[in-house]
Amino acid sequence: MTSVSGMAPAIKVEDLTVAYGERPVLWDVDMEVPAGILMAIVGPNGAGKTSLIKAVTGLVRPVAGYVAIFGKPYREQRPLVGYVPQRNSVDWDFPTTVLDVVMMGRYGGLGWFRRPGATERALALEALEKVGIAELKGRQISQLSGGQQQRLFLARAIVQDARIYLMDEPFQGVDATTERAIVTLLKEMRARGKTVVVVHHDLQTVPEYFDWVTLLNVRCVASGPVDRVFNDRNLRLTYGGRVSYLTHHTPGDTLADGEDGG
Amino acid sequence: MTAPQFEIQLIAVVVAVSCALPGTFLVLRRMAMMSDAISHSILFGIVVAFFVVRDLSSPFLVVAAALTGVLTVSLVELLNRTGLVREDAAIGLTFPALFSVGVILVSRYAGSVHLDTDSVLLGELAFAPFNRLAVMGYDIGPRAFYLMAGIMLLNILFIAVFYKELKLATFDASLAGVLGFLPGFLHYALMALVSVTAVGAFDAVGSILVVALMIAPPTTAYLLVDRLSLMLAVSALLGAVSAISGYWIAHVLDASIAGSMASMAGLLFGAAYLAAPGRGLIAITVRRVRQRWKFAQTMLLVHLYNHEGLPAEVRENRIPTLHEHLKWDHRFAERVVAAAGRQGLVESRDRRLLLTDRGRRAAREAMVG
Amino acid sequence: MEFLGDLLANYTLRTVGMGAVFLGAVNGVLGAFAVLRKQSLLGDAISHAALPGIALAFLLTGSKATLVLLLGAAAAGWVGTLFVMNIVKNTRVKYDSALGLVLSVFFGIGLVLLTYIQRMPVASQAGLDRFLFGQAATLLARDVATIGLLGAGVLLIVLAVWKEFKLLCFDPDFARSLGFPIRWLDVLLITLLVTSIVIGLQTVGVVLMSAMVVAPAAAARQWTDRLGAMVAISAFFGALAGGAGALTSSVMERLPTGPTIVLCLTVIVLVSLLVAPNRGVIWKWARERVNRNMLQVEAVLADLHVLAARHDDPGHGHPISVLRTMSIGHGGVDRSLEVLRERGFVRKTADGTWSLTPRGLEEAKRLEGRRGEGP
Repeated sequence: MTSVSGMAPAIKVEDLTVAYGERPVLWDVDMEVPAGILMAIVGPNGAGKTSLIKAVTGLVRPVAGYVAIFGKPYREQRPLVGYVPQRNSVDWDFPTTVLDVVMMGRYGGLGWFRRPGATERALALEALEKVGIAELKGRQISQLSGGQQQRLFLARAIVQDARIYLMDEPFQGVDATTERAIVTLLKEMRARGKTVVVVHHDLQTVPEYFDWVTLLNVRCVASGPVDRVFNDRNLRLTYGGRVSYLTHHTPGDTLADGEDGG
Repeated sequence: MTAPQFEIQLIAVVVAVSCALPGTFLVLRRMAMMSDAISHSILFGIVVAFFVVRDLSSPFLVVAAALTGVLTVSLVELLNRTGLVREDAAIGLTFPALFSVGVILVSRYAGSVHLDTDSVLLGELAFAPFNRLAVMGYDIGPRAFYLMAGIMLLNILFIAVFYKELKLATFDASLAGVLGFLPGFLHYALMALVSVTAVGAFDAVGSILVVALMIAPPTTAYLLVDRLSLMLAVSALLGAVSAISGYWIAHVLDASIAGSMASMAGLLFGAAYLAAPGRGLIAITVRRVRQRWKFAQTMLLVHLYNHEGLPAEVRENRIPTLHEHLKWDHRFAERVVAAAGRQGLVESRDRRLLLTDRGRRAAREAMVG
Repeated sequence: MEFLGDLLANYTLRTVGMGAVFLGAVNGVLGAFAVLRKQSLLGDAISHAALPGIALAFLLTGSKATLVLLLGAAAAGWVGTLFVMNIVKNTRVKYDSALGLVLSVFFGIGLVLLTYIQRMPVASQAGLDRFLFGQAATLLARDVATIGLLGAGVLLIVLAVWKEFKLLCFDPDFARSLGFPIRWLDVLLITLLVTSIVIGLQTVGVVLMSAMVVAPAAAARQWTDRLGAMVAISAFFGALAGGAGALTSSVMERLPTGPTIVLCLTVIVLVSLLVAPNRGVIWKWARERVNRNMLQVEAVLADLHVLAARHDDPGHGHPISVLRTMSIGHGGVDRSLEVLRERGFVRKTADGTWSLTPRGLEEAKRLEGRRGEGP
């Protein structure tokens, strides 16, 4: 199930440059993500974290560079990649139900014109069960709390049955219980051989939640196993020398510094 | 040019300037569609007031129209506040309803007076000179001119008196509120002013072309200048130009004056859209091409810099691999390298590309900025 | 009854009614998508922009055939939409300004062309101004057939790509990550919207056509939380208002069709906003009231529980004045006590004071436990 040595990396990013109009948001980024790991992308605001996963999923066209999924271009491997957008990117007042949104995860597999049926329904219910909101299946989505909305998005990703998941801030605006539940879920996905890449904000929890990390500030400062690259020097390089994560360990401080750093 | 022709143009210019002034604030406050809503709804106010006073030239009609304008804005906000419909839908629900009641009242009960559905849409600028204003038996000019000149002065006065407050409330309503400038009051005062202007212009150009005169010149000016005071002046000037040129085109085609004023306002926007310095399509395209080159060059420097001293350097920093890694086609890569070489940013040694000191500095700067 | 009899007997009325019902339904369907995509006012721009297209089609072909004029209208409506999108994309001009600009300038050009045509020495020019406010009575069987054909095509396409449209409206980024060509779906949806607007122009008119797009959808949204149901209800409302408005205006003199249909729509919208279950204003107000009353009752029960806890005898009575003092800010003490007595939670003692019954004590403890858990 898990990565075999010698196999192509799950994601390989080479010399990736992304610019919106005149402003480059990613400069010549190289990154390699082996299969079967749980990776965090961290960096200050405006570091290009969202742009990086959008470039990997083909949502933004890079100015230059190359993205390979298991050794082949994204275009050929699209069904293998699942994308979980930021929670606030959709209109939660949209007239649709929880179960319906989860079934949307199957739309890609269904292809054009075909409608979801009993199989899709069963898969969706199973996924809702897994994220612990099965009893909400008939609810209109505006009646969900922030944490439940995030679980819903995860359920939609699960039914996609991709091999790689890219998630944009899945912990944003969720309570502690949900955060723990999500982490458990992500670790479960990893155990089943999935590769999960998460845009993350809270430096404190990186060593606890993840086994791999990419430090990003427009360029890729470091990318590798947490115990090797998540150190004071790299954090300083990423956040402009204002972070005191490892030397002082004051909870809460780090994040505040990180927000306006860079 | 005959006297009526001169008078029509004079009225057209005054109407256009009157519309452009409050229109500037609508455009800046992202409320352009509110002018559409107001200019339609006021028909309801005009008709109801007409049934009460039975006189189309009564100033009471202007007051009623202004009140309807404010009523429209309040209704839209009320609908929006229920949370049941979004603001754009709220606008789209409110004004057709009020306008429809107005149109039905006009076509069913006001058939005998000169208020018909055609003039609601088209205005009657061509007939304006026939309705004269006489003071003590002397003919001092068309009535419409004095009405619109009055409204124009009111607009100028309002903007002059509250210039600072309007400016602040437009750019930062919450700050204006904290400073005690009552952005809510200013908002409604502005809406009342838009309504009064619309009702004055309504007679001359009809309900839909009021929107053209309120929105097109300020939007054009928005592409041309950056300062609020300048934008007001340029809007007014563009309005006046649209009015005069529109009149003559209508004259040649023997077509609707109001329609061709709106067309001219649109044409002026089209010209600015294409050729506005710095913001027009032409300027944008030129800049994009230039930036693509500059960007490519910086990318080259950053690429070389990032691989400097790494084991992969020998492999990565060569022209053929550039083509492969940066996804550039071969000719483009060579041209970029040549340009960078001419500027002393890179040098080529045994088919390898090396950064000069200047190039290294430039790469570092690019990444920090 | 007489009216209905007339309706069935009268061929013209039947034609008009069918046309209006059908175009109302089609616009209801497309309007639902437009409103959900926050493009409510785009319909206004499209319909106004269609006017010069109608005039140009006539000028170029000399034909007044419905299909020719509608093609012109659709082309111009499309160009207008394209302008709006491109102006917003390429410059700092905001969406609302671009809409207002395109809407009014295109309409102005349309008026220039229309007045120009009216003054041409051609006898057959009349009849184009029916497109301003709409004239259902001018609908011929042939027009209705055109409307029907185009409308049916639009509806079939919507059904075929239903799930893709749903995804496009709800989460376009996710749709793109699944591999759906979002740009083309967007183009398709706007083309369908343009088509549905254009087939309504002769009946409703360019000036008020936007209401036909926005109102049924805004009303339908209040009645349901499902997209399918919303689209169906929206189609029904559109058909209802279209049919009722067109027929009324055909049988009554000097009643322009467009405004009459809009009035029917307005009634539907107002009723929906007020009484729709769950979302409606009245419903919400009633629910809030029930909640408030319930909280008051619970508060009084809790107060009595606090008082009882201070006494050795839990059945000890407490004067109402104490309860009033304790519940300042809640209010409704007398009514709450009455409610509690009906449920058997409190009783009035002989000296006019109030005390908890054993059942009331149980209930108070239960409520306290629930509060402890937090919301």
